[in-house]
Amino acid sequence: MPAVEAPTAIDSVRPTALQTGVRARLLKSPTVVVGAAILVMILAIGLAAPWLDTVDPAAINPSVRNKGPGFVELARNADGTQRTIEHRMGTDTLGRDVYSRVLYGARTSLLVGVTVAAISVAIGLCIGLIVGYVRWLDGIVMRVMDGVMAIPAILLAIAVVSLSSAGLVAVIVAIVIPEIPRVVRLVRSVVLSVREEPYVEAAISVGTPTLPLVIRHILPNTIPPLIVQATYIVAVAILIEAILSFLGVGIPPETPTWGNIMAEGRALFRIFPHNILYPGIFLALTILAVNMLGDGLRDTLDPRMKKRL
Amino acid sequence: MLAYIARRLLATIPVMAVVAVLVFSMLRLTSGDPAAIIAGAAANSQDIVDIRQKLGLDRPIVEQFAIWIGHVLSGDFGESFFFKKQVADLILDRVGPTLALATFTMVWSVLIAVPLGVIAANRQGTWVDRLVMGFSVLGFSVPVFVIGYTLIYVFSIRLNWLPVQGYQPIAEGLGGFIQRLILPSLTLSVIYIALIARITRTSILEVLGEDYIRTARAKGLPNRVVLMRHALRNAAVPIITVIGIGIAFLIGGVVVTESVFSIPGLGRLTVDAVLARDYPTVQAVILLFSIVYVLLNLLVDVAYTLLDPRIRY
Repeated sequence: MPAVEAPTAIDSVRPTALQTGVRARLLKSPTVVVGAAILVMILAIGLAAPWLDTVDPAAINPSVRNKGPGFVELARNADGTQRTIEHRMGTDTLGRDVYSRVLYGARTSLLVGVTVAAISVAIGLCIGLIVGYVRWLDGIVMRVMDGVMAIPAILLAIAVVSLSSAGLVAVIVAIVIPEIPRVVRLVRSVVLSVREEPYVEAAISVGTPTLPLVIRHILPNTIPPLIVQATYIVAVAILIEAILSFLGVGIPPETPTWGNIMAEGRALFRIFPHNILYPGIFLALTILAVNMLGDGLRDTLDPRMKKRL
Repeated sequence: MLAYIARRLLATIPVMAVVAVLVFSMLRLTSGDPAAIIAGAAANSQDIVDIRQKLGLDRPIVEQFAIWIGHVLSGDFGESFFFKKQVADLILDRVGPTLALATFTMVWSVLIAVPLGVIAANRQGTWVDRLVMGFSVLGFSVPVFVIGYTLIYVFSIRLNWLPVQGYQPIAEGLGGFIQRLILPSLTLSVIYIALIARITRTSILEVLGEDYIRTARAKGLPNRVVLMRHALRNAAVPIITVIGIGIAFLIGGVVVTESVFSIPGLGRLTVDAVLARDYPTVQAVILLFSIVYVLLNLLVDVAYTLLDPRIRY
């Protein structure tokens, strides 16, 4: 049926006036542009780490333990010739190169941040749509959510991690659980307000079945606030992952993560502050960039949320 | 009013019940024998049998929960196998430093953040406003341990003004007690200040658009009086709400800050207990922190009615 297909094809090619408006506004917002630029840079650094003059971030070398930034190491190649390795950010108590660890650490942080946001938004969206629509479930599910939210996120994450062997998956699960109720609340509130709208009533009255109704008419309304929320979850997840690693309950210490590098640097902080300084700067910069992006997205996509925090 | 408080107290029961179920099921969700986990690595088989009997692990799960909750309600969280002490006593030993840290932080935060927010709102759009808002975004983004170590580096190591780490009970001298709390509480208050300053600015700006502010200005009141008496008072409800929400940040921050500054409080206890897989202690601390969080937010709700008599229940 070409007559029916033609307009859909055009629709998908040409963005509507509203969409172009959003894109233009996003590009005009300085916080979005700066935040995104920093994030792209950090992502690029993390991905390109092997080619940025790094060494194996887990390689232990007792002969160059605790060296300050800029230390040049004379290393012997397999064939007996010598080469120099410059430790730009110094080395830690096991002689690992902090510069390499910091660069590789960007991978873990961003991976955890994005994965946690994707999973918690997906789960939260499903639960939120269901409880917003199936009213009898609402009371029970929301009480459970209130209960989960009554436990401070970091504590809950620490407790969940303590139950399983430490690892990337456990850390991600531990951070996802406290974030789900926040997403559910957001989705549910959107669903509850949208389902009273005349166009939803109209859709019901022409006999739209529940599932298409929810997907086509209710779901799209949850997307803008969810994008904003997801951005903030990325920031929270990166922060909590770093805290878990820093406290020694997160990702195993040999894996280079910013929290692990700092945990490693704790004991000798007074003499060698660089082990905490450099990953700290990267961590703060990344979270700052994500928060800036979130603030900018919120102001552009969801002006009503501007008043909220 | 009393009826309202009673109703709100009752409403916290389901929330606490969910928390209790979650904390209880934490141990059951792990693979392996809960009795062996509770007993710890150093236990022998007789210990495990004793614990199994004490907790009634051979009985149905609902009955087990009833037994556990009964113990908890009578203040018996069991014995910590790591610290070799009753968990309740352990918590009593550790609560002092945390309480002191949290109180100092709250006082700092409110004293610094509310004026900052008011000033920013008063000078909206100027460099003062941008500075405060910039600090607020930064305060949200710099992790608590990075702030802590930076402060230690500057004030303790470089300038040598304050002790690096540690805690001194108030009984051993007020000076040392305060000296050792300054950096940790400042560290912890940064995120709180960011949060409160931001909401203070927003809600004052909102109130400043009201008619009664114009009236107050029209009758010639000085700006200071308009801001403090008319604007701030009416902006108080969102500010207090955020102070309540921020308690969750505060509790999370306590765990980290106490580790950075080696303060022997509940936060440090939590981390030590998790590292030692000391589950009775972990359960008790989580339960306790959650109760405190829920009750403080109840207090916040009650405070609304005092601050804004228009709110009635």
